Amino acid sequence: MAYPTDYRYTKDHEWVQVNGDIATVGITDHAQHELGDVVFVELPVPGVQVVAGKTFGTVESVKAVSDIYAPVSGEVTKSNGDLQNAPQRINEDPHAQGWLIKIHLSNPAEVNALMDAAAYEAYIATQSKEASA
Amino acid sequence: MESVSTPPITEPRKTPLNAVHRRLGAKMVNFGGWDMPVEYPATGGLIAEHRAVRSSVGVFDVSHMGDIRIRSGKAPGQALAAVQHITMNDASKLVIGQAQYSAMLYPEGTFVDDVIVHRLGEDDFLLVINAGTREKDVDWVQQNTKNFDCVVENLSDDYTQLAIQGPRAQELLQKLTDADLAPIKNYSFTHGIVCGLKNILIARTGYTGEDGFEIYVPSDVATSEMVWSRVLEAGKEFGIIPCGLGARNTLRLESKMALYGHEISESINVWEAGLERYCKMDKGDFIGRAALERAKAAPQTRALVGLEMCERGIARDGYCCCNEAGAQIGIVTSGSPSPTLGKNIALAYVPPAMTALGTPVYVQIRAQKCKAQVVATPFYKRPKKVTPQAASS
Repeated sequence: MAYPTDYRYTKDHEWVQVNGDIATVGITDHAQHELGDVVFVELPVPGVQVVAGKTFGTVESVKAVSDIYAPVSGEVTKSNGDLQNAPQRINEDPHAQGWLIKIHLSNPAEVNALMDAAAYEAYIATQSKEASA
Repeated sequence: MESVSTPPITEPRKTPLNAVHRRLGAKMVNFGGWDMPVEYPATGGLIAEHRAVRSSVGVFDVSHMGDIRIRSGKAPGQALAAVQHITMNDASKLVIGQAQYSAMLYPEGTFVDDVIVHRLGEDDFLLVINAGTREKDVDWVQQNTKNFDCVVENLSDDYTQLAIQGPRAQELLQKLTDADLAPIKNYSFTHGIVCGLKNILIARTGYTGEDGFEIYVPSDVATSEMVWSRVLEAGKEFGIIPCGLGARNTLRLESKMALYGHEISESINVWEAGLERYCKMDKGDFIGRAALERAKAAPQTRALVGLEMCERGIARDGYCCCNEAGAQIGIVTSGSPSPTLGKNIALAYVPPAMTALGTPVYVQIRAQKCKAQVVATPFYKRPKKVTPQAASS
């Protein structure tokens, strides 16, 4: 799966897409593949403040619980309610329909510190090399 | 999100089929010091593997498990006496060709390991033990059978062990063996030619709650790979897929089968674990018997129950259990989503007063206490075989 070039990416495998002062956040294709079939998602309700680098929720497969880290800071404006009954969207369409939350950015400059698509793809390539060693 | 895999600290051990699992693109995990497949994403992954076993057939590499053979020395009867001394079930009830679920206990009545005891002969027993406890168990058996005239052999590295599990398992395996599988009862075994290999142990045992067989073939890589691919080939018509430890765990949990280090351990006794039906106090003395007698007379402080989550949330291994007042009263030993039931289930130790069906138990899941209730176990029981009616005249 291609990594959208207008998204930015974190070392913890979250993506963020910015539209004005609203950011949409999800986990990457690499992350959903590592996790396996998603069966449960715990997300914050609108109004909650998230802080870049701190956890804001969890995504769970049968075997694993994964904390999700906010790539940017701000206030949650929306949470993807579809994921309660259709958590598999995260596996099927991690970069679009599998989005997790929308944030009203408190510090838009934070996005600049994140990796672009090329850097992220290089990053996961090195991770795979280490894992199979 | 945090990384799901962690790098190994010491070099993990590998089964003879390790290269095969990696070629199949399996997700590998360190389990008890073994580099094992947890699931095979290319053929569907954990949930698909679980469903394949329940509906048709799947195959597991369980070569990481261990094997200890105990045979009488010069005097007959010594192997049986040794096995009776170190295990809690009654091995004298086994005919040749029969196996039983049992356990080796510490003098305190707690678990060294659970084990399947196979009676290979009058004076010949095979104990199949857990992967993580191989060395501990071998040492324990050697130390505690010194006073018997018997020979103890660690055969763990001699076998590749495959578990073929599911309602179509017999049909599949019958294609590969000259042994007549239909008459083999549950927990019985035979020897026969499998994939052209002579004298292969074929046991109607397993850890999934489905019908199935475990076969023990020579552990050289070429033979192991040959048998594995023959099984997958023969299983194609049944939709077989390779299955990993992830599905192995969800299957055994639904069937309420204990996992060492979780439901049973060196700090849990037989009564607490609810395994009294495998503990034959009347068979004669055995290691742990005296402590179990004393424990029977004393008030029990905890008991193993099944839980079903009522509120959103997945109870997992090691999560705390609380009562309605919020006080911690127990712990989850194993917990997971159940692919067959579509619910989140768990096994947990709770006070005896809270074991009645329907009792609410609150599981601490991160910041929240989520409600669960005590339910009957096993959570899943395989459908009884329907015998075909005789044709009516």
